[in-house]
Amino acid sequence: MTGEPLLEVRDLKVSFRTEDGLVRAVDGVSLSLSPGETLGIVGESGSGKSVTMMSVMRLITDPNARFEGEVLYKGRDLMKLGQDQIREVRGAGIAMIFQDPMTSLNPVYRVGWQIEEQIREHEKISKQAAHARAIELLTAVGIPQAADRVRDYPHQFSGGMRQRVMIAMALSCNPDILIADEPTTALDVTIQAQILNLIRKLRDDFGTAVVLITHDMGVVADLADRIAVMYAGRIIEQGSRRDVFYDAQHPYTWGLLGSIARLDRPKPRRLAAIPGLPPSLLRLPPGCAFGERCAHRFALCDERPELRDKVGDGHLDACHLELKQKQDLRETTIHPELIEEAT
Amino acid sequence: MTAGSAASADSGAPPGPVAGGGGAPGAGPATAPGGAAAASGDGEVLLRAEHVTKYFPVRRGVLLQHEVARVHAVDDVSFELRAGETLGLVGESGCGKSTLARCIARLFPLTSGSVVFEGRDISRLSRRQLRPVRRDLQMVFQDPYASLNPRKRVGTVIADPMRIHRWGNREQIKRRVGELLELVGLSPEHVNRYPHEFSGGQRQRIGVARALALHPRLIIADEPVSALDVSIRAQVINLLDDLQDELHLTYIFIAHDLGVVRHVSDRIAVMYLGKIVEISPAEELYQRPVHPYTEALLSAVPIPDPDLSERRIQIVLEGDVPSPISPPSGCRFHSRCRYATEICAQQEPPLVAHGTDGHLAACHHPLNAGRAPAADPRP
Repeated sequence: MTGEPLLEVRDLKVSFRTEDGLVRAVDGVSLSLSPGETLGIVGESGSGKSVTMMSVMRLITDPNARFEGEVLYKGRDLMKLGQDQIREVRGAGIAMIFQDPMTSLNPVYRVGWQIEEQIREHEKISKQAAHARAIELLTAVGIPQAADRVRDYPHQFSGGMRQRVMIAMALSCNPDILIADEPTTALDVTIQAQILNLIRKLRDDFGTAVVLITHDMGVVADLADRIAVMYAGRIIEQGSRRDVFYDAQHPYTWGLLGSIARLDRPKPRRLAAIPGLPPSLLRLPPGCAFGERCAHRFALCDERPELRDKVGDGHLDACHLELKQKQDLRETTIHPELIEEAT
Repeated sequence: MTAGSAASADSGAPPGPVAGGGGAPGAGPATAPGGAAAASGDGEVLLRAEHVTKYFPVRRGVLLQHEVARVHAVDDVSFELRAGETLGLVGESGCGKSTLARCIARLFPLTSGSVVFEGRDISRLSRRQLRPVRRDLQMVFQDPYASLNPRKRVGTVIADPMRIHRWGNREQIKRRVGELLELVGLSPEHVNRYPHEFSGGQRQRIGVARALALHPRLIIADEPVSALDVSIRAQVINLLDDLQDELHLTYIFIAHDLGVVRHVSDRIAVMYLGKIVEISPAEELYQRPVHPYTEALLSAVPIPDPDLSERRIQIVLEGDVPSPISPPSGCRFHSRCRYATEICAQQEPPLVAHGTDGHLAACHHPLNAGRAPAADPRP
């Protein structure tokens, strides 16, 4: 994972004008993605993880949306491209799959036709060749009897199979980057395991860089090289997978890790819930956005913490607490069962 | 759906033809073949489901709609629930766990079988006869956005069950609504707000308050936390936990998240295509799964620990759940099972005991048969 980043987001800000005021959905997000790398973006609903990536794809057409910042893909700023130019990038350069495959597929066209349409949009290629490619792709994503199933309509597929079709479509033009926005949230665990395995296999086979957006820490534990945790429109922690899971620096990340009912640990009597609610994006507090819910808040937290690399190892966090202070606080937050043992 | 409209959701349609061993009202505790799983709790038996079966007809034709097939949503399910315990119901979508819950709450008429609640068979009761039963048996639904009437104030939503059941006078109802809001961790001042003014987690609390209004004994919670964010999910689970201790509630807790189910349940029933394939004390199920489907389900859960996640060998089930219209012969899981042999396609395995403690499973090739039952870590 060296050399030029494939995709670089610099200080992206996205806000929406609404009747109630300005909603700051994304508030200064910077990210980079190297070729072949898998980046996991974790956050709850409203944290801005989807809006960030939708903005990268220029898929937000709301006239009330305002964008600031740069999105560099292979040296070009995607935010400055015209509609025709961005269409060339979508699909061929960066492809995206979504949570609900039924709403992303057109119900009145056969799935084969929908895949062929995309191929023919980006490449000069005959109908027959496109058809053959569609069958090849459906086979690659594990759809049995692909040659027959290209003629089926989306409703004839199950949820997991539809997500496979979406992945086939996303890969049809050999993109450099695949953005997967909660690709398994609507699926059952057994099907989720199938789809995650498929994404891993395709990533390894094609060398595609993947951005995996999810709320499930378990999903990124398996697949991501690097993880960014978002809260209230900002990245509050970013680091390698091991950094975030074994050396988490932000109290919100601790809360996320602690509030999961885990199968790999003895059962705690109570889950360590994060109290309260995320702040309204209309009225973000001037200081740390997590401050009101944080058990370790102190005077400095009224100032907005910057996302900084404090040790110089590429592990960034936005928290005012000193490294040493954190170490003791952390363990009891992430492992509620430890508190019980002590008492 | 309010508790009131929940009552009216029961279409009042006549129950379907009685097939198989549907227990007659008032029949004694029938531990029939296939067996009602014995509960491990020590309270009295609060609810007993006996051979509960629910088929939905698939109809064709415009005028003379004739039945062309049946969706076998729930097929001959029996279990017992003791007062004060939590039974978790898990399985993939379409396995019949929600249908089973709705059959128990009599929101659907049963095709056959019986549900004995507080010693009384409620499976054949009319709507009018069901009313007093609904005081004691309430539901909490998955989608907190769809299950609260957006045009009613929160106070009205919570007071509705009391009005429907003619509980108390105005003053008493008002006081009770305040109490309930406080009980679920909301401010009594919120009584005049509308549901849209609340977040998802808060709405689910309102749904819980409504279910608690009439001091029920059994609460059926159908995916109560699935629509919520992770940090909020833990809050609601802790709330349900506290309420159980405080009010001596019995829960049937439906979820597809096996971590959540393990956390809340005393016993867990795993369903596959309308059947209970394994039912066991909670911790035992995770330590020593007997049915290959349970093993695969557990193995599919992502673990939020990169090292463990890399080390473990995942069993990935091939394909999708078969159609419940024509479920596979014999063991319904045999088409996806890696241990399946000839017998699995021919004979349906009965739900029989494996080890102690009421650990039952329906499999011809049970796993972990030699291993000792897991010790119950609870004091």
